[in-house]
Amino acid sequence: MDVELINIHKRFGKVHANNGISLTVKSGTVQGILGENGAGKSTLMKILSGFIQADSGDILLDGKKVTIHSPADSVKLGIGMLHQDPQDFPPMKVVDNLIIGSPMGLFPDRKKIIREFEELQKQFNFSISPETYVDTLTVGERQQLEILRLLWLGAEVLILDEPTTGISASQKDLLFATIRKLAAQGKAILFVSHKLDEVEALCSQVVVFRQGINMGSMTPPYQTDKLVEMMFGKSIVRSENVCEKQEDKSFEIEELRIDDVRLAIRDVNFCIQKGEVIGLAGMEGSGQALILRALAGILRPTGGHIYMIEGADGGRIDLAGKHYFTYRDHGIHFLPAARLEEGLIQGLSLAEHFALAEEQTGFMVDRDQVENLSKKRITDFNIHGTPESRIEELSGGNQQRAELALMRDPLRLLLLEHPTRGLDIESAMYIWGKLKQRCEDGASIVFISSDLDEVIHYSDRILVFYGGKVSPAFEASSVTIDMLGQLIGGKGWS
Amino acid sequence: MDNSLLASFGSIFTWAAPVVFAVMGETLTEKSGVINLSLNGSMILSAMAGFAVATTTGSFFWGFLAGAAVGALVAFIIAFMSIGLKQSQVAVGYVLTLATKSLAYFLGAPFVGKPVMQLSLVKIPFLDQLPILGPVIFNKDIVTYLSYLLVIVCYIWVFKTSKGLILQGIGEQPAAAFVRGANVNRLRYIYTIIGGALVGIGGAQYSLSVKTWNGQLTGIDGIGWIALAITIFGSWHPVRGALGSYFFVLLQWLGITLQPLMPNVNSRIFQVAPFPLMILALLFVNIGSADWVERTLAGLPEGGRKFVSRLIRGMRTHSPAALGTPFDNE
Amino acid sequence: MVTKPAERPESTGGLIRTLLTNRFSSIVIAVLLSLAATWIVISVMGVEPVRVFSIMLNGSVGSVDAVTQLLQSWVPLVLASSGLLFTFTAGLWNIGMEGQIEMGAIFAYGAIHFLSGTPLSGPLVIIIATFSGMLGGALWAYLVGLLKNYGNVNEIFGGLGFNFIADAVLLFLVYGPWKPAGVAQGSTKMIESQYWLPQLPGSYLSLWALGAAIVGILIVAVVLKGTYFGLKLKAVGKNAKASFMMGIPTSRYMLLSFILCGLFAGLAGSIQVTGFLHVLRNSISGSYGYVGLMVGMLANYQPWVVVPISLVFTALSKGATGLGIDLRLDSNLSGVIQGLLVIFVLLMEGVRNRLSRGSKGISHG
Repeated sequence: MDVELINIHKRFGKVHANNGISLTVKSGTVQGILGENGAGKSTLMKILSGFIQADSGDILLDGKKVTIHSPADSVKLGIGMLHQDPQDFPPMKVVDNLIIGSPMGLFPDRKKIIREFEELQKQFNFSISPETYVDTLTVGERQQLEILRLLWLGAEVLILDEPTTGISASQKDLLFATIRKLAAQGKAILFVSHKLDEVEALCSQVVVFRQGINMGSMTPPYQTDKLVEMMFGKSIVRSENVCEKQEDKSFEIEELRIDDVRLAIRDVNFCIQKGEVIGLAGMEGSGQALILRALAGILRPTGGHIYMIEGADGGRIDLAGKHYFTYRDHGIHFLPAARLEEGLIQGLSLAEHFALAEEQTGFMVDRDQVENLSKKRITDFNIHGTPESRIEELSGGNQQRAELALMRDPLRLLLLEHPTRGLDIESAMYIWGKLKQRCEDGASIVFISSDLDEVIHYSDRILVFYGGKVSPAFEASSVTIDMLGQLIGGKGWS
Repeated sequence: MDNSLLASFGSIFTWAAPVVFAVMGETLTEKSGVINLSLNGSMILSAMAGFAVATTTGSFFWGFLAGAAVGALVAFIIAFMSIGLKQSQVAVGYVLTLATKSLAYFLGAPFVGKPVMQLSLVKIPFLDQLPILGPVIFNKDIVTYLSYLLVIVCYIWVFKTSKGLILQGIGEQPAAAFVRGANVNRLRYIYTIIGGALVGIGGAQYSLSVKTWNGQLTGIDGIGWIALAITIFGSWHPVRGALGSYFFVLLQWLGITLQPLMPNVNSRIFQVAPFPLMILALLFVNIGSADWVERTLAGLPEGGRKFVSRLIRGMRTHSPAALGTPFDNE
Repeated sequence: MVTKPAERPESTGGLIRTLLTNRFSSIVIAVLLSLAATWIVISVMGVEPVRVFSIMLNGSVGSVDAVTQLLQSWVPLVLASSGLLFTFTAGLWNIGMEGQIEMGAIFAYGAIHFLSGTPLSGPLVIIIATFSGMLGGALWAYLVGLLKNYGNVNEIFGGLGFNFIADAVLLFLVYGPWKPAGVAQGSTKMIESQYWLPQLPGSYLSLWALGAAIVGILIVAVVLKGTYFGLKLKAVGKNAKASFMMGIPTSRYMLLSFILCGLFAGLAGSIQVTGFLHVLRNSISGSYGYVGLMVGMLANYQPWVVVPISLVFTALSKGATGLGIDLRLDSNLSGVIQGLLVIFVLLMEGVRNRLSRGSKGISHG
């Protein structure tokens, strides 16, 4: 079945997630869709699969205009989507997972379903037992199950959203073989990814999205540097690094291991120097967020050491396995990306936040003192609000500045998740200005960002993550955006 | 066992019928992801309504229908306030618990002392001749038979039919169910209301078969809370829930039967005792999921650990993952 | 298709919308709705609602006697409701309040039981009994907190369980070891009058009890509104995860809120014994815990609002007791009115949130 998307628009509040995107996918082809996080790939796929509706634009299947109001509609039309997070029912059996949402009578014929499932499974060399429970399957198997289910329901168009996240290498090979076979059977495949190597290996054509716009397409042979340029743009204004590097070490990370449901990270070694900024680059889910949380003491590593260097004689304390509060007591602060879920407390005013963050003086809250302190911080950090403003009434930029204003001295290590995500340029520059001051006072910064400009611009050194692997630290001055883009996309790893 | 003891033991199944109805109703409701906390009150109110309507019309049918309608109405209020208006299910359910209970005693006062209406017993031919089982199980009123049937129907509905699988789906992963075309919130309304109606039938059964309506002395107060506990204890499984209900009533029966053996202890204590015991049971099924238990277990020697962890895992319950959380597709 | 933002209608629709979205007017509407519903419920019983309301008004504030009784019953309710503000603030439902009041009464009575006849002076025994009652309530609440923290048992079910156990303990004592000589009648023998809280001459009202209630609500107000402890408790209740990230030991704060709440419950229970009933008997907790939860919900975390709301709720209960004698109506009407009030307030709040959510749409900034 041929799919045509014409001039699709979708807005979320102020964000124009899809800005007039058009795309045609022919039956029997694998269409790669590239773009960094937030480029509008997922939005378009959700529109095609009926999860959300477009503000305007047309969808044509085999040249005929269709309307899709719900996922049920798209399934009926033969469109199946494999979501990045498996949309299945973990505590239930495989066979029951197949039945939910299928056009079955009241009493489904399990034997027949199992037979059909096994036949389908044989075609693709999968081996999932229909009687096991989904929560005993690996992420890769759950994905296979979902593909089989969609095919079983008669999907002619398959959307695969970041399907290689969290699956093993052999499962990936199997998946790619499956995709090729499906294309050969005449299905139209939409392969959404930010991994260049995979897209290049698999797709018969690639489009690149950036900021809700279709930046153009390419057919093999692929020129990686062109693709990277289309994904990230190339205008980079280099400026001085944020911190003057000082040669004394502040932290040493040795043989750090982390095991997550999706990812195993092995033997990470690096050191953090006083006043240094380290940027962690990588597509979301590559392991950088886990490392950051381990450094903050929120995630317990399964092995290795996080040494804090104490004093000039080089004595060190191992913080690994210690309680999160111990990390805080040693001046390690974490600023989560989910500000209103993890960082700030909805329903509390700015002044109340400042009161909570300050060193307590006695039993009673000294209102005048808190009021004065709040006013001072509000001015210092240029927060648009009053001490009485509730935190959720502030804009994102003001919330972020408030978070910075909440950090208490002495600060040794500052861990930031997407410090400027969703902020306008002015706010972002302001935030980094404040962070720079902290570095001058001797604090170190480790941060994650999906904005490569930001990573290169503000870091002294950069670590790149890909599928749980960690690169050696690059000097930011020696790194180009093209090189970083290739590494992030999985190219150039030994 | 002599015959009178056997007959008395058999009464367990009649007594348990209201609990079974309530537990099945609540299980269906919670499977869909909604908590109807009002059980204790809505059972009392439907017991009153069932009795009042039955004695006024002289018809059991209308009595039970009234009980079901009252339960369904209370459930609808909870569904509307929590799904439609996004208010806390716990808050709304709690207030309704108290309000419906008071309403039952207020409106039901004139019916205290009205002639008792009791469903008559129906013997099932042949089956009632079975030794022991005959008098214990097959000499009951029609609604008690329905309670047996209800357990089987619920079990088949939830686990064997396609609609039941969708019900599980909307309580587990509403987003995934939505992706597969389920209208999550409409189904939640439906199952909350159906569940409420079953709870209401349970209430009516209490005043029309187990005992009668007697205002605050009816003796039904507290059963709704126990039904809620049994729903958890039964791990949202109809058969386990039914077993829990029979276990609870068995404890009550033991209290009454054993009491003459201990004349020094007041009878009220025997009446109250099953309630804390059920909560203890709740502790046992929940404790396995606590962090510290897992940590402690990890420290035990191999042999002992396996045994204890298997024991705890066997008792552990699985609640619908989205229980109590509203669903919004955006 | 692009939807245009709805234009603001300045017609009657606009007026209704304003009434529904304004906090004050929506509460007024809720009160009117619950009055209307009450009117219907009373009419169903074939009684003139106006008569019912006048009897209730008369019975609650119609005479000096009524007012002193009203204040006497207000004491335990205001103590229970204000104690519950601690757990509400921490985001917890302490439904076990009822059992905690019972435990308070048991401990207080027990102290007097064991100390009567000793050379200790009356006032000293009263003080010991009061503290003992507070200890009993706090202990009972602490157990619920432990069950929640270490047993993963939701505090609603843990609390209910301990209510049942407290019932059983109370029954055991009243019909067992503390049974007065003769036939069991669900009550212990009366404590000697030297162990009574001093009462106003000719009435049941004890100024000491009243004073304790006022001091109690003052303490709650100061702790919740003025101290770091109160602020942290509020933070934990609003967002436990972020609070933990900010360095607050969340589970310890939850346990502390249970204990504080239990202290208030215990105080209410011991005042029931020393200041009012002077015996230990069945259902000595008088549903104050259950009703207190409704008062706490309506108070919306504001200590001062507890005073008028609990006064109104007590007046309803007191006023309704006269209905049986004059109109042969059941006194549970008060519970119906209280419940309807809370339901309609919740309903209007839901409507208000929904309307304002719909109109905002775009966040500023």
